[in-house]
Amino acid sequence: MANFLGAVIENLFKKPATRPYPFTKREPFKDARGLIKFDGDKCVYCGACSKKCPAAAIRVERAEKALYFEPFKCVTCGFCVEVCPKDAINQEFEYRKPDYSKSIEKYGPSAVPAPAKTEAPPSQA
Amino acid sequence: MSTRTVIPMGPQHPVFPEPLQLKLSLKDEKIVDVAPALGYVHRGIEKAAEKNDFTQNVFLVERICGICSFIHAVCYCMAIEDIMKIELPPRANYLRVIWGELHRLHSHMLWLGLLADSFGFESLFMKFWEIRERILDILEKTTGARVIISACAIGGVRRDISDEHLQEILTVIDKCEKELNGIIPVVMSDTTVKRRTVGVGVIEKEKAIHLGIVGPVLRASGIAQDARMTGYGAYKYLDFKPVVEESGDCYARAVVRAKETYQSIGLLRKAINQLPSGDILTKYKGNPGKAAAVSRVEQPRGELIYYVEGNGTKNLERVRVRTPTFSNVPALSKMLPGMELADAPVIVLSIDPCISCTER
Repeated sequence: MANFLGAVIENLFKKPATRPYPFTKREPFKDARGLIKFDGDKCVYCGACSKKCPAAAIRVERAEKALYFEPFKCVTCGFCVEVCPKDAINQEFEYRKPDYSKSIEKYGPSAVPAPAKTEAPPSQA
Repeated sequence: MSTRTVIPMGPQHPVFPEPLQLKLSLKDEKIVDVAPALGYVHRGIEKAAEKNDFTQNVFLVERICGICSFIHAVCYCMAIEDIMKIELPPRANYLRVIWGELHRLHSHMLWLGLLADSFGFESLFMKFWEIRERILDILEKTTGARVIISACAIGGVRRDISDEHLQEILTVIDKCEKELNGIIPVVMSDTTVKRRTVGVGVIEKEKAIHLGIVGPVLRASGIAQDARMTGYGAYKYLDFKPVVEESGDCYARAVVRAKETYQSIGLLRKAINQLPSGDILTKYKGNPGKAAAVSRVEQPRGELIYYVEGNGTKNLERVRVRTPTFSNVPALSKMLPGMELADAPVIVLSIDPCISCTER
């Protein structure tokens, strides 16, 4: 036991390694891969992001000029951000907050307030 | 007196992080036979990889394992690069080594912590996990995520590590090494640890070869086999020798992993000092042709093999994964018989089972 004695004594006088969570929050690191946000005005609805998304979380309706995004399917890999030709996708540092339902966000040109939550999920392509 | 009792150990058991079931046949307190049962976390990833676009698979294969995810992606990308004849920029090779070794480091610390936990040494478990947290912080700072870092891409890596972050990695690993110097001797020489591990679950050299064991379990039986010695990526420029122990028991396996944490720290230092400047991604065009490739890398648990077959379209014909735990589970049927039931958790943990990898 003598080997561990140093660590034991050190532990007695050390501050805890954990945080008192709801009171002290850990700030996300710069460049952390968090929530995905779309810019409905910059977007040209080419569908490059929906073709490349590994989780099939994005659906683009070209005729309708709408983009449906399911944040609960998203794995925050950031592949869509990379392939977007118009830089219309942003990845924030914050993680997704918990929710009561698996919402679907609809993005479109700024006439439609973005992001708007739709009640009924649109049919899957 | 000759009646046997069958005790199902798992799939839910305090020492198992993942669902593995072992049907242990006991004669009194002695284990006489063991039948492993797998299949609780099969997710059909190999089939899904055939349905996906080959570029999306990089993110899919990372999700095979929650600990060494980056190394899975590296192995898959290496196979695709082999088929498509893509040459990697040297900096990308080094960055893959840096992230790969960081994954090995945190995986071994996780395992050393779990080993301590399996025989009830809770404070040692906490100590190891405290150090592991710093490694995860580096991963998050440099790539944006803690474990499933999605930093690998076909033709290189997706993110660069800035000089500032490289310096930070060096400071953090120095600090980790200092802290490890305080607790690794506990694993190596503490009587309480030794009494639970020395001479437990012995697997001899010949048996180890016969069973086809890989990774630290094999190296603990005295065979210097390490897939990194094949010199994939930047490993050919980093001079190192595999860690080998002779006794083949749980203690030897703990010592191999403990020494490998130091080895990873050394490799990280070498890789960061030699890191060349330049591009991080080679652009490529087209789809993988009608060819097949096999790639081998060393995971924290042992040798990982990917077989990838293309058919000229964006989908792949076949993706086959052989994970290290798949090779190591048969070893349990030789390690456990003759041991006490109370030793079973330590023995099972000593192969570092990763069931999610094995079942995919």
